Amino acid sequence: MKAFTYERAASPAKAAEAAVANPGAKFIAGGTNLLDLMKLQIETPTHLIDVNRLGLDEIAATRDGGLRIGALVRNTDLAAHKAVRRDYGVLSRALLSGASGQLRNKATTAGNLLQRTRCPYFYDTTKPCNKRKPGTGCAALNGFNRNMAIMGTSADCIATHPSDMAVAMRLLDATVETITSDGTKRAIPMADFHRLPGNTPDIETALAPGEFITSVVLPKPLGGTHIYRKVRDRTSYAFAVLSVAAVFDKQGETRFAFGGLAHKPWRVEAADALGSRGAAAVAEAALAGAKTTEQNAFKIDLTQRTLAAVFAQKEA
Amino acid sequence: MKFDQPATLNPIDRARVVGKPVDRIDGPLKVAGAAPYAYERHDVAPNPAYGWMIGSAIAKGTINSIDTTEAEAAPGVLAVLTHANAGALGKGNMNTARLLGGPDIQHYDQAVALVVAETFEQARDAAKLVRVDYTQGQGKFDLLVGVKTAQPPKSVQGSPADTSVGDFDGAFKSAAVKVDQTYTTPDQSHAMMEPHATTAAWAGDKLTVWTSNQMVTWAVKEMAKTLKIAPENVQVVSPYIGGGFGSKLFLRADALLAALGARAVGRPVKVALARPQIPNNTTHRPATIQRLRIGATKDGVIQAIGHDVWAGDLPGGDVESAGLQTRLLYAGKNRKTTHRLAELDLPEGNAMRAPGEAVGLLALEVAMDELAEACGVDPVELRIKNDIQYDPEAGPKRPFSSRKLIECLQQGAERFGWSKRNPKPGQVREGDFLIGMGVAAAFRNNMAMPSGARVAIDGKGRITVSTDMTDIGTGTYTIIAQTAAELLGVNVSDVTVKLGDSSFPASAGSGGQWGANSSTAGVYATCMTLRGMLAQKAGFNAEDALFEDGMIKAAGKAIPLRDAVGREGISVDDKIEFGDLTERYAQATFGAHFCEVAVDRFTGEVHVRRMGGAFAAGRILNPKTARSQVIGAMTMGVGAALMEELVVDKRFGYFVNHDMAEYHVPVHADIPEQDVLFLDELDDKSSPMKAKGVGELGICGAGAAVANAIYNATGVRLRDYPMTLDKVIGGLAKA
Repeated sequence: MKAFTYERAASPAKAAEAAVANPGAKFIAGGTNLLDLMKLQIETPTHLIDVNRLGLDEIAATRDGGLRIGALVRNTDLAAHKAVRRDYGVLSRALLSGASGQLRNKATTAGNLLQRTRCPYFYDTTKPCNKRKPGTGCAALNGFNRNMAIMGTSADCIATHPSDMAVAMRLLDATVETITSDGTKRAIPMADFHRLPGNTPDIETALAPGEFITSVVLPKPLGGTHIYRKVRDRTSYAFAVLSVAAVFDKQGETRFAFGGLAHKPWRVEAADALGSRGAAAVAEAALAGAKTTEQNAFKIDLTQRTLAAVFAQKEA
Repeated sequence: MKFDQPATLNPIDRARVVGKPVDRIDGPLKVAGAAPYAYERHDVAPNPAYGWMIGSAIAKGTINSIDTTEAEAAPGVLAVLTHANAGALGKGNMNTARLLGGPDIQHYDQAVALVVAETFEQARDAAKLVRVDYTQGQGKFDLLVGVKTAQPPKSVQGSPADTSVGDFDGAFKSAAVKVDQTYTTPDQSHAMMEPHATTAAWAGDKLTVWTSNQMVTWAVKEMAKTLKIAPENVQVVSPYIGGGFGSKLFLRADALLAALGARAVGRPVKVALARPQIPNNTTHRPATIQRLRIGATKDGVIQAIGHDVWAGDLPGGDVESAGLQTRLLYAGKNRKTTHRLAELDLPEGNAMRAPGEAVGLLALEVAMDELAEACGVDPVELRIKNDIQYDPEAGPKRPFSSRKLIECLQQGAERFGWSKRNPKPGQVREGDFLIGMGVAAAFRNNMAMPSGARVAIDGKGRITVSTDMTDIGTGTYTIIAQTAAELLGVNVSDVTVKLGDSSFPASAGSGGQWGANSSTAGVYATCMTLRGMLAQKAGFNAEDALFEDGMIKAAGKAIPLRDAVGREGISVDDKIEFGDLTERYAQATFGAHFCEVAVDRFTGEVHVRRMGGAFAAGRILNPKTARSQVIGAMTMGVGAALMEELVVDKRFGYFVNHDMAEYHVPVHADIPEQDVLFLDELDDKSSPMKAKGVGELGICGAGAAVANAIYNATGVRLRDYPMTLDKVIGGLAKA
């Protein structure tokens, strides 16, 4: 861990201001990912802006029937919130499938969105990684890539985004609300929030330097049946090999989002419309253009199989 | 005491304390955080400086130069040690690679430097400022390539690399039913809870290391040899160990570097390996390729059995002894085993819980399942049919000292409800789960090691047992107290046990599941000597004296122990040594594992639903701590079957998934109810305790039972461990 300076932000705008003033700065909330990365010197912030005392820890109804989730709402609290459990079951289930109780107690809504990939080469500073050190290459491309992305990859990076929560938020068409140092606010649709790696895998989100997440807004409930099916190599405390978030609403509309497939929560709107045609059709549309390696080619079959499990669960 | 004749009725047979499920006497200390572990010895080594190990960034090659200027100038840094300034170092006999590398590098993350600083953070930070310039060499990292030039090792755990009896090739060729399959097991990491950790301090030329080490006597010798100092000048203290599983059998870099660091800065230094350093810096269980050929009659009587093993290690290392159990487990007149060692430049392979059998049975016991199916014989019945009561290579002249494999299979099957199993795979479905049951035999060789102890009774009658024996979480403190209490006729609470200090009598240490039997036998021997002395003091004939209720009783008289001892107290050192009973008799522990799995028919995820095991391992000294050992080992067996794998990156020559997030071991949610039955058994040839070990028996065969259950559930026969869901869905019907 590199020595760093520390301040406690007084307001969201002040936090953003401090971040602009210190180009090497990072916001710290739960720290469940950042501190690990700092210990390994994968993240080397020169300045930490502690945002934990800013409030932003409430979940409130919006005027159009949705929910505004404060950036600092802890994952445990979000998963357990009555309205979330009642109206956004897929989000609650996604959260509870992630990490461990202790981690969820600390981890925040905004921090969860911003967590970094778990690609083992990203974690090893003796190895090439374009995400960690642009221009050094991608060790995963021809290395251990069983759990790497098959959608939206590039020659520079095949890492996945590890979040379960983000997959459910993408499914629900959430928007991320931010504030910048000059007080400008904007709302970024989840679809645009995370980026594909392209040739800049080190840039992972649409956030501008210093831009600070204040909340995540969920639109009004979709109703229907909510399913989050996470497939992993052990029953708990493992990142998804693949996950499927699905909503089957009362009008017969369906939508699907996937974790473990891409550098961002993966959703193909064209696949949403195929719910009535079953798992194979949805999988085919969702995986159009997939690029697999010898080790992760099974994810194609697994996606279809997991969708089939989701359809079966819906019927059950 | 020399144990060279089978034991007769002896005072342990009273079994008033030994054999009872006594709670761990060290339990309260541990739950209260009052048991001091190696990295926390501020009580005895105050004001320590902190060391951070730097591992090699390359797997093979040479260090051209190490620039420590910037690191040395960093805040709080006291010293930076490398091969260039550490002084001349030897290498321990049991280390394959040197513990401080350079200029030659033998494997990835081999230690190349130690940064010592005032704080942990300063040391870790400064470590990033040490610039090591390497010339990368050409390493060999691929076992599949290595097997082409693999050679027979000099020996396999002291026995020949190859054995052969009868005409294997001919008998296999002409057998009515044949199984000929190859199985692979990956490199595995011990993944014990406590990392390798040491606090070291020098007083003049005397070194003390408070460390986490299973084998205190070995550690003294190896440290002395490596530092080129006299063993008398090394004290090793290791009273509490947060798990070892073989990873702490040997002197490792933490201990050496702490000693070097402490010498350099003239104050105590402590070093713990960070979790991501452990898989590549320390030892691991090597990957294996195993070919099993079993030829049998139509009704499953084995005519020929062959087991060929290939594994890799660094030059000068050892082969994983995966074929050894096949020499002893089943009958068959024509047999052969071979071991071939491929030279690899991966990190050092070495012992991990039940080296040999743990992975050997993953292959053999699946092959037996395949044979059972091929013959149409129930897998339990097949194993019973091929039981043999003597060493099948040596013949009837070398019987097993005790062998209750059949009883384990029968009683285990009964308890588990094996009769409900549908022998045809893929038939049982519950909702979206495919249900199956599997069985495997458990077998682990029994080893005995000399072990000493000091037993003292003070003027108040309080008993203290001291030995350099270790408790690696196994319950040693408790069984030693039970043994002394049994023999001296007192309660467990009257006995203090002191372990893990090289100033105490040398013991067997903890390894190879020999610790419990050997160390308690050492305490037995010492207590028997003490009983003789006390009886004499009391004026009794030693043979007639009965030690019970805190008294020595004979000839109608009863004298309190403390009166016999006298005000000054008494102390005696003695030890157990073993004769040739392990040669005259085949000695081993046996068991049967049963497992039920539910496989998700869509995703191929395997959930273990039930496990049951029946085990025969001589006298069970404490059924509570023994059960803990067995269920822990069964859990490790589930890990081996379903998830544990150190993934080799053959380009860089290292294990990629070197932390606990990516090297998966089972979590609570993976492990269901585990039923353990210990059969009543006394083995009079194992020791005067008539006990054997159980610490490793529980892993032996457990993973194969899982694998066989997966087959029974799905009809998918996997032979490549671990059996992850991608491999399972590869064989499942379309969803």
